[in-house]
Amino acid sequence: MAGEQWPDPLVLERRRERQMDRRDALKTMGLLGASTLLGDSAAAEERASDAEFFGVLVDTTRCAGCRNCEFVCAETNGLPDPPDDDSVLEQERKPSVTQWSVVNRYETDRGEVFVKRQCMHCNHPACASACLTKAMLKTGRGPVIWRESKCMGCRFCMISCPFDIPKFEYNSPVPKIQKCRMCWERLAEGEQPACVEECPEEALTFGPRRELLDIARRRIYKSPDRYLNHIYGEHETGGTGWLYLAAVSFEQLGFRADLGTEPYPELTKNFLYSVPVVFALMPLFLLGVSGATKRADESEGIPDEHHG
Amino acid sequence: MSITAEKIVPITKTDRERLVPFLIRELKPKGKLITPFNLISLPVILLGLVLLVIRFAKGLGSITNLSQEYPWGLWIGFDVITGVAFAGGAYVITFMVYVLGMKKYHPIARVTILNGFLAYVFYAGALLLDLGRPWNVVNPIIGNSFGVSSVLFLVAWHFMLYMIAAFVEFSPAVAEWLGMRRLRRLLGSLTLGAVIVGITLSMLHQSGLGALYLMAKPKIHPLWYSEFIPILFFVSSIFAGLSMVIFEGTLSQRVFGSQVSSEHHSSHDDIVRSLAKVCGYTMLVYMFLKELDLVHGKEWTYLNTGMGHWYLVETTGFVLIPCIMFLRCTATGSIRMCRVASILTLIGIVLNRLNVSIIAFKWYEPVRYVPSWMEIEITLAVIFAEILAFRWIVNRMPVLREPPAWARESHRLEREDVRKERVIWKSSSI
Repeated sequence: MAGEQWPDPLVLERRRERQMDRRDALKTMGLLGASTLLGDSAAAEERASDAEFFGVLVDTTRCAGCRNCEFVCAETNGLPDPPDDDSVLEQERKPSVTQWSVVNRYETDRGEVFVKRQCMHCNHPACASACLTKAMLKTGRGPVIWRESKCMGCRFCMISCPFDIPKFEYNSPVPKIQKCRMCWERLAEGEQPACVEECPEEALTFGPRRELLDIARRRIYKSPDRYLNHIYGEHETGGTGWLYLAAVSFEQLGFRADLGTEPYPELTKNFLYSVPVVFALMPLFLLGVSGATKRADESEGIPDEHHG
Repeated sequence: MSITAEKIVPITKTDRERLVPFLIRELKPKGKLITPFNLISLPVILLGLVLLVIRFAKGLGSITNLSQEYPWGLWIGFDVITGVAFAGGAYVITFMVYVLGMKKYHPIARVTILNGFLAYVFYAGALLLDLGRPWNVVNPIIGNSFGVSSVLFLVAWHFMLYMIAAFVEFSPAVAEWLGMRRLRRLLGSLTLGAVIVGITLSMLHQSGLGALYLMAKPKIHPLWYSEFIPILFFVSSIFAGLSMVIFEGTLSQRVFGSQVSSEHHSSHDDIVRSLAKVCGYTMLVYMFLKELDLVHGKEWTYLNTGMGHWYLVETTGFVLIPCIMFLRCTATGSIRMCRVASILTLIGIVLNRLNVSIIAFKWYEPVRYVPSWMEIEITLAVIFAEILAFRWIVNRMPVLREPPAWARESHRLEREDVRKERVIWKSSSI
């Protein structure tokens, strides 16, 4: 695996943490007391909101459907070449185990629109919070990556991902999870993702997420007739690294409009927070109850663990 | 009372020397080899083993119908999620017997604990078959890869710890079988602790199985998705587990009837009626919660659709009706009605768990998941293997039958000791 030669993302993550200013460090420390007990979701949230994630802005009004990004993606990541024939555009495709990035064609009220789909690299990825081995990881720069040595193949990331992105190799005895990694090795080298670099129409723009939102807003303000006033991914599922601009409603382009703006890990937060509470209080309560009942029927002795 | 259990009959060296031949003798099957059950179960288990070799050699796709759209199928939805709900009887019964001190349920405590323990070993163990990379299963346990923000991380840990707790709860029976008196005393003293830990763990992982689906919000039909799904799973595990106790008790009485003392036989009907009452009232709570969720989410608009009708079949036919039957049979005293109600309840739990995990999961997909015959075959193999293990243990250890005389005797003495201590404590406080 090519990824092995690069520093572990966790190392990068820690390095970034060290650079946090003092105030934030103290703020995190305050949370730490709770987070060691509660799981580090609280601390992770704190970190995530301070981070400057990188992302990609996809302008679907610019995409000409050349599928160059599909081929470049396959080449960069050592995946089999996608079919050369453009007839594949006749059906809506999803990313697959052998193709992390796909371009679909949609007939809309404003003509043909091409949309590239891949992992959205959420700010608060459901897959990473679902992962019990931290194989799925939101790296400090923004890419959500999968680590082979950690994964036990439970596929809970697939259940949890609202965009249905992680794909599992069902026909391998040593299966992997396959998904776009936003070329995180290239990012670490200071390069752009391969698909962005090779896009002839400049439909893809790489940069810090905040700047991308600025660019997207500027485009909408400049050409209100050309764009719908909606940046998909700005708020969806708590914000995604990949952002989309379009001329028509996103439902017409195969996007779900019902995902909400709440980060998905929030959905399990109440449950996870209640776990240490139950764990601490329930045994005490039960001990108290059992003590109370024993004294009550003292004359008959205590219940024991064999048949009486 | 100065005589302690060890002093009555000390373990001699010859006892230990006899242990190995004893174990070898016990490992051999007892009773007839060719029975209808064996003729069906053994080929199913053998075929299951063959299929598992294929599964591990060629990947999950070789024998399952799992897909990118349906990453969890029958093995998770039925074996793990439904199987663990059925095992809920163990924590409810141990709560009643050891925490609340309800002696009435004592005769069924051991068999229920054994059932719960085996259900976890086999059904939660079936999780390993479903893992794509099972060699990494130790990562969340001993590795440096603790995904503590994951519900599955908690569920996995709780499964593991609960298996240990349930084994400790059952272990006095093992010591009695082996004739280890000192060990029996030690293990007996651990029971209450194990019970308390076990109940806490059960509450958390029964609800945790529901919490697994919290992030699948856009994928589960609104009639089944609920932010209260962990609470619904927990509450339903109470009557699921107790219905299993009633159902399984009926079978055990027939199959292992000769081992059960006549005293237990007569108390059994009374136990069933009381458990039916607990089931009935818990189901009322469950239906109230379901109703609340339906109204709260304004989901009634879905009721007059295909999925809505299916929802009504589940909640009316297999919750409301058995609930009424449970409440009625405690009044009329009909054991038969209790048993029928318990079976309907179990079907309802299967429907509910499969609805959440498979049927209402991505109900909008054009191509739906249907398990392959091989997935069903392996599920059957797991169930048969569990029953064989259960039979093996019941035929050897004092589970249904009375413990050996020495165990009862030592316990009487222990109790006397405790009582005496209390008297001393009381008199000293005066």
